[in-house]
Amino acid sequence: MGVEGIGASVVRKEDRRFITGKGRYVDDIKVQGMTFAHFVRSPHAHAKVKGIDATAAKKMPGVVDVLTGQQIVDDKIGNLICGWAVHSKDGSAMKMGAWPAMAPETVRFVGQAVAVVIAETKNQARDAAEAVVVDYEELPSAHHISMAIAPGAPQLHPEAPGNIVYDWEIGDEAAVKDAFSKAANVVSFELVNNRLVPNAMEPRAALAEYNEAEEHFTLYTTSQNPHVARLVLSAFYNVAPENKLRVVAPDVGGGFGSKIFIYPEEMVALWASKKVRRPVKWTGDRNEAFLTDAHGRDHISKAEMAFDKDNKILGLRVKTHANFGAYMSLFSSSVPTYLYATLLSGQYNIPAIHAEVIGVYTNSTPVDAYRGAGRPEACYLLERLMETAARQLKVDPAELRRKNFITSFPHQTPVIMAYDVGDFGASLDAAMKAADYAGFPARKAKAKSEGKLRGMGMSCYIEACGIAPSKAVGSLGAGVGLWESAEVRVNPVGTIEILTGSHSHGQGHETTFAQLVADRLGIPISQVSIVHGDTDKVQFGMGTYGSRSAAVGMSAIFKAMEKVESKAKKIAAHLLEASEGDIVIENGEFKVTGTDKSIALPMVALAAYTAHNLPDGMEPGLKEGAFYDPTNFTFPAGSYICELEVDPGTGKTSFVNFVAVDDFGRLINPMIVEGQVHGGLVQGIGQAILEAAVYDDTGQLVTASFMDYAMPRADDVPSFKLSHTTTLCPGNPLGVKGCGEAGAIGASAAVINAITDAIGNNKLEMPATPDRVWHAIPGNA
Amino acid sequence: MYSTTYHRPSTVEEAVALFAKGSDAKYLAGGHTLLPVMKQRLTAPSDVIDIARIPALIGIEASADTLTIKAATTYVDIVNSADVKRTIPAIAHLTSVVGDPAVRARGTIGGSVATNDPSADYPAAVLALNATIKTNKRSIAAEDFFKGLFATALDENEIITAISFPIPAKAGYSKMRNPASRFALTGVFVVQTKSGEIRVAATGASQNGVMRVPAIEAALKANWSASALDGVKISDEGLMADIHGSSDYRANLIKVMAQRAVTAAG
Ligand SMILES: Cc1cc2nc3c(=O)[nH]c(=O)nc-3n(C[C@H](O)[C@H](O)[C@H](O)COP(=O)(O)OP(=O)(O)OC[C@H]3O[C@@H](n4cnc5c(N)ncnc54)[C@H](O)[C@@H]3O)c2cc1C
Repeated sequence: MGVEGIGASVVRKEDRRFITGKGRYVDDIKVQGMTFAHFVRSPHAHAKVKGIDATAAKKMPGVVDVLTGQQIVDDKIGNLICGWAVHSKDGSAMKMGAWPAMAPETVRFVGQAVAVVIAETKNQARDAAEAVVVDYEELPSAHHISMAIAPGAPQLHPEAPGNIVYDWEIGDEAAVKDAFSKAANVVSFELVNNRLVPNAMEPRAALAEYNEAEEHFTLYTTSQNPHVARLVLSAFYNVAPENKLRVVAPDVGGGFGSKIFIYPEEMVALWASKKVRRPVKWTGDRNEAFLTDAHGRDHISKAEMAFDKDNKILGLRVKTHANFGAYMSLFSSSVPTYLYATLLSGQYNIPAIHAEVIGVYTNSTPVDAYRGAGRPEACYLLERLMETAARQLKVDPAELRRKNFITSFPHQTPVIMAYDVGDFGASLDAAMKAADYAGFPARKAKAKSEGKLRGMGMSCYIEACGIAPSKAVGSLGAGVGLWESAEVRVNPVGTIEILTGSHSHGQGHETTFAQLVADRLGIPISQVSIVHGDTDKVQFGMGTYGSRSAAVGMSAIFKAMEKVESKAKKIAAHLLEASEGDIVIENGEFKVTGTDKSIALPMVALAAYTAHNLPDGMEPGLKEGAFYDPTNFTFPAGSYICELEVDPGTGKTSFVNFVAVDDFGRLINPMIVEGQVHGGLVQGIGQAILEAAVYDDTGQLVTASFMDYAMPRADDVPSFKLSHTTTLCPGNPLGVKGCGEAGAIGASAAVINAITDAIGNNKLEMPATPDRVWHAIPGNA
Repeated sequence: MYSTTYHRPSTVEEAVALFAKGSDAKYLAGGHTLLPVMKQRLTAPSDVIDIARIPALIGIEASADTLTIKAATTYVDIVNSADVKRTIPAIAHLTSVVGDPAVRARGTIGGSVATNDPSADYPAAVLALNATIKTNKRSIAAEDFFKGLFATALDENEIITAISFPIPAKAGYSKMRNPASRFALTGVFVVQTKSGEIRVAATGASQNGVMRVPAIEAALKANWSASALDGVKISDEGLMADIHGSSDYRANLIKVMAQRAVTAAG
């Protein structure tokens, strides 16, 4: 493997530019003649737009134009789409209302754009936006699921009666009924999965440039998947054909899912750049990020689990209402269905599962995939249920889990997923050891004598990553395939460029992808560059989300590397007058085994490009591409154990210990994996005790700034104790599973299970703020 | 519409003169309240008069009976001051838990007291210690200074020049931080003066801003100890309620923070 190959904790190549301020983000890009966009946004959760008067605004200094929603409609720009068709129980299609990029008639959430001002400077645009007079007729609003499904609730879209987008189910209802009829014990539980705001460090931004002579657009934007953005903008929004639209996602400061989707602002910037014949830049501010970046989670669920007399699970029944917000965002429909309910078997042998999911429109910001996307919701529900069951059945929570673990693989769950490999007992054992599980009762007693309430909670998660086998997701309604592409270019002097459809926005691909090449060829990673994020440079690819870049993206590179190596070996054999089968690659050299004959990679590359002496019939050059479509999802899994103390006077939680044992298959760069787990855990802990998007009765987002939305800070979280158990993923050539979302999936349940253990009351919702915890302490309410 | 003229006077008199000339002038100190509000365009002063660099407004002095902190002294200088730590360590502690390092690097005691945010920390110390607010015009007793939410006895153009704190026998501060903003969800400052008077002030709790807490004062007068407050019941009437804390929770915090402040005071 060499010092920089697979398994080496190489320092990240990209960090030098990031930490010296030399990154190049969308807002850093300046082009000749650039103008600035500022959106006029709805202050109401639900209102009719009766008129827009921009006369005064258009006369303000520096104003180039003011454009409205009606003009977008008149120009036949398409509505925003939802790219995954989910059908209701009765077979009917999703009931969706139209989402125009700027609202011509009706606004349905606070912050929805109705017009845009284009001006010479950012401040001039902002000043003029205040002078745009919008005549609204306020309508009653419903921002919460319970308000939207109540009889007589305000109707958001005429297409979706009762605000129901779909009423979907999965699993075998009859089998579950049967299981419950045989149950010795039934455990039931209701819970809320709180709505979150993603809060990437870099807000969304777009810079659109229109070249009139070429009829060509360039869009620089904060995207996790620039090719998908181009596809959607071309195929559905009619902005420009693909060959006339270049989408560039340069350095992107975090996404967590929120930058997968194509939003109104990016679209409007593109359209406006042609309308005003000037480049248009829009950079969102933090308040706009809170109001318009797709939110995450927001479920209300009821769950019931049936056990036999030996505490073996017989069946699971779940009913979930999922809040979609005011419009269906790009992948929103799949999140509470195929990314959620398919994971409800968790790590357990559950013979029968039936889940119903009702998708609901509300007057709130659209909701879509956010780190973990559906899988955190599944894990939280299941792992709270297991803990609740252990308490109710008066058995050790670890033993109850262990008794029900799936132990033989492959394992077909009743909810689509076929787990390929795993060893759930091994990670639980390792976690219990690292957490000194056995010593906990003594520590709890000691804490009690010091006036503190100590608790321990665990969570055994599984997720489906490496998204995703195209045929399988196609059969489930996905509008795209989820393979990945790669091209390996060996330059004439032997340096290498990898062109990948994956996009790095914090994950460290420039390092890990180079490590794969270094590993195979025995060359330093400094000789390998990763090219990504530009549709003019890179072949079509699907981007980064769902912990897919190692399992899918790197597998494509692996395949392309094999092709390159095969050709290079032929050239080397020819030059060394040896047989191809005797050539091995070591330390950047092509060697003839058993001899001292060798030729260095640069010489092979040069030979390929000079083409003076190639095997008969061989094409010049050394460059190969590959597409890789996974055969299955990957299934990272692990056990998290959290130990904490609650201050009985204030309800404040302090962490004592947090153990995370993950099975990610092979680790490419353990240091980067550790960083990914840390980030995920912090987001999971954030959801558990700090974060919540809260609306008031009129649908105003109360938590629209960091003064009210509690983002985790370093002193809110403990030092983590991480370790790994390993079962290699059989589904891809590298044996990798993916690590980007695990922490966010597994952490919340462990934390809440620990707090409820500490206070001796299981009735507690996230975020478990000091106020809520204090009230939940028996005797305080 | 939102443009403003920035001034940097070097004396208080100059600052006041500049203020009189502006149509809608505002003084600027650390800027941690004023600038965010300007950025959100909730206020748009015609003139911003930066008083943070006026030498006469910066510095800390301690005598046998009084600790005087000049208005434009930054939090970080207060936290690090040997005079503050020696005379009223509770003020050093209070200052060390204001906001975050960026806020403490620029924020000033004068700006905080002039703002009188109902969740700010300093008003609790000023009221509990019965400090005197010195301005370019007069001296104002703490009891007369705070007038409810964001309101004070200051005239529009008046500048706080210093706050004088009588050095107490004992003082302690305990704060439950708002998990998001880190302002006080509730903070309580307890004081035993050299003459034996007990004064307790709570911030972050009342709908009317900083307040004295007579029930706690009475209990501590009888017995200066944390356990003396075990039986005290604080009513939640008139207390704030928001997404971070209901009023009954804040009522509980007043007591719990008072107990911890007494323990810290020794
Ligand atoms: C993220 C964040 C967290 C914070 N957390 C806390 C916290 O935990 N606890 C807390 O107490 N505060 C907190 N604050 C507020 C902070 O303490 C402010 O610095 C303080 O309220 C204002 O002081 P300043 O010097 O920054 O004043 P400025 O913002 O410059 O001025 C505020 C107002 O006071 C007036 N003013 C300033 N100085 C004088 C003077 N000498 N005489 C008369 N008027 C004057 C100004 O005209 C202006 O109207 C926080 C602020 C932020 C941004």
